[in-house]
Amino acid sequence: MLSDQIQANIERELKKYPADQRQSAVMAALRFVQDEKGWIAPEDMADIAAYIGMPQMAVFEVATFYHMYKLKPMGEYTLTVCTNLSCQLSGVNETLLHLKNKLGIGLGEITADGKFGLREGECMGACVDAPMFTINNKKLCGRLTGEKIDQILAELSAGGQGGKQ
Amino acid sequence: MSTPIIFNTLHFDQPWTLENYLKVGGYKALRKVLAEKMLPEAIIAEVKASGLRGRGGAGFPTGLKWSFMPRNYQGDKYLVCNSDEGEPGTCKDRDILRYNPHMLIEGMAIAAYTMSVKTGYNYIHGEIFEAYERMEAACEEARKAGYLGQNILGSDFEFDLHNHLGYGAYVCGEETALLESIEGKKGQPRFKPPFPATFGLYGKPTTINNTETFASIPYIINNGGQQFADLGVPNSGGIKLFSVSGHVNNPGNFEVPMGTPFKTLLEMAGGVRGGNKLKAVIPGGSSMPVLPGEIMMDLNMDFDSIQKAGSYLGTGAIIVMDETTCMVKALERLSYFYFEESCGQCTPCREGTGWLYRIVHRIEHGEGRPEDLDLLLDLCNNIAGRTICALGDAAAWPVQGFLKHYRKEFEYHIEHKRCLV
Repeated sequence: MLSDQIQANIERELKKYPADQRQSAVMAALRFVQDEKGWIAPEDMADIAAYIGMPQMAVFEVATFYHMYKLKPMGEYTLTVCTNLSCQLSGVNETLLHLKNKLGIGLGEITADGKFGLREGECMGACVDAPMFTINNKKLCGRLTGEKIDQILAELSAGGQGGKQ
Repeated sequence: MSTPIIFNTLHFDQPWTLENYLKVGGYKALRKVLAEKMLPEAIIAEVKASGLRGRGGAGFPTGLKWSFMPRNYQGDKYLVCNSDEGEPGTCKDRDILRYNPHMLIEGMAIAAYTMSVKTGYNYIHGEIFEAYERMEAACEEARKAGYLGQNILGSDFEFDLHNHLGYGAYVCGEETALLESIEGKKGQPRFKPPFPATFGLYGKPTTINNTETFASIPYIINNGGQQFADLGVPNSGGIKLFSVSGHVNNPGNFEVPMGTPFKTLLEMAGGVRGGNKLKAVIPGGSSMPVLPGEIMMDLNMDFDSIQKAGSYLGTGAIIVMDETTCMVKALERLSYFYFEESCGQCTPCREGTGWLYRIVHRIEHGEGRPEDLDLLLDLCNNIAGRTICALGDAAAWPVQGFLKHYRKEFEYHIEHKRCLV
């Protein structure tokens, strides 16, 4: 069952598209579910399909095609690290090593307390700010150094937003 | 430096507000178009005279593209902005969205007027959520002030613009994949023809331009196409945003005239980091063939100069690599990217990108075979030009470029099972 908030958000998105093109809101609908629950389960896809009025299979296709959807729990704060060329040249391998050591997890894993998850991402379109990661697909933190990472992790652990840019 | 054209609000504390945009002459061009009831033909003529070529990578003449839209079509037509900026190295459109969203809105409104379109979509790269929020707020601001919606500025012109957030798929930067994505589907490119001007979004006539392309329009209307053209060089009109990333001291986006020497841009970016020697440069986004540093130092940044040297200007994203860069490792990462991002629709790309990645990977990891380099080139020839969209070419060109200029480094890796640098 989609929450009232999710339904209200989907309704707002639907207004952007012609009345007979409700499927256009599916990407946003999946994002709303992920933002609320942290990840998207098959039952959520079924709910979205029913709400929008499209085949469940078509929702599944979209959810599996786009990288930023999480189809399993990835921690309260999912850090997605871009490892593409500009970031690689700017030392992202050290960034990643620092994160792995600090959190004690590898890529695709979550910390034991469920607080942090680590993912590898593709080009985020912010290459001049390399190296970088996003927090829950919302906040982009760039020009990362060991010190800056420690500060962001500390803020997040304390329940803050992480990163002030 | 002359006064910036696209980055003309950057000196404000809040460059993105309507108030500040108006202070630098914002929406004057739209006002002019509506007050003078400019003829669409006249607008298209100015855009053609400006020499503006698509800023999303392909460099197609914008005025010509606009002329393809069926003028007398009865029914819905769409205008789409491609802000799905995910070509490694490229991040200029993000700064337009973040810092000058109203210039994009104004440019799109003029385009919509020219092609009699009532609805537009701006497709934004998923990872830059903050830019999406900024655009949503700017559209709302424009609606309230009468620059979007019905009866714009008291005229009978109607146009509304909506933002659509992508969610992590490089291939959606391809225009027909992007349309599929707006329709709520997997972003798999369509066969062309039919082209979007006849069969686009929801099957309706559609024109798709890049963010920076639209943002160039207000200046062209205010000052005339010729003046924009004169800022640049023949066949590369106007100014351009260049993203300079990688091994430089001061990575950033720089607005300069087309034809600016690469050397100048490198200086603007603070030079090669740590005073190191320049080794190689990718001049137009990761898909474009790499060029050796010494060749780049003599080149100007415009379509023809870069093409003559064997690469392309693409999106204007410059990735700088210094002497410490292992070219095998660099190519390995790029090949992984195309393998990861292939939509899987065409066999040569789906299978071929995997082959390319696995072979470069084994060379990098000391397991390369002497025949691998010829095998890579043979694979490239069987991918490029044999797929529905250009992602196949985009996967092949870097491999061909790296092998053309740095083959010795690859051979060394294969023979000695370690790096030359």
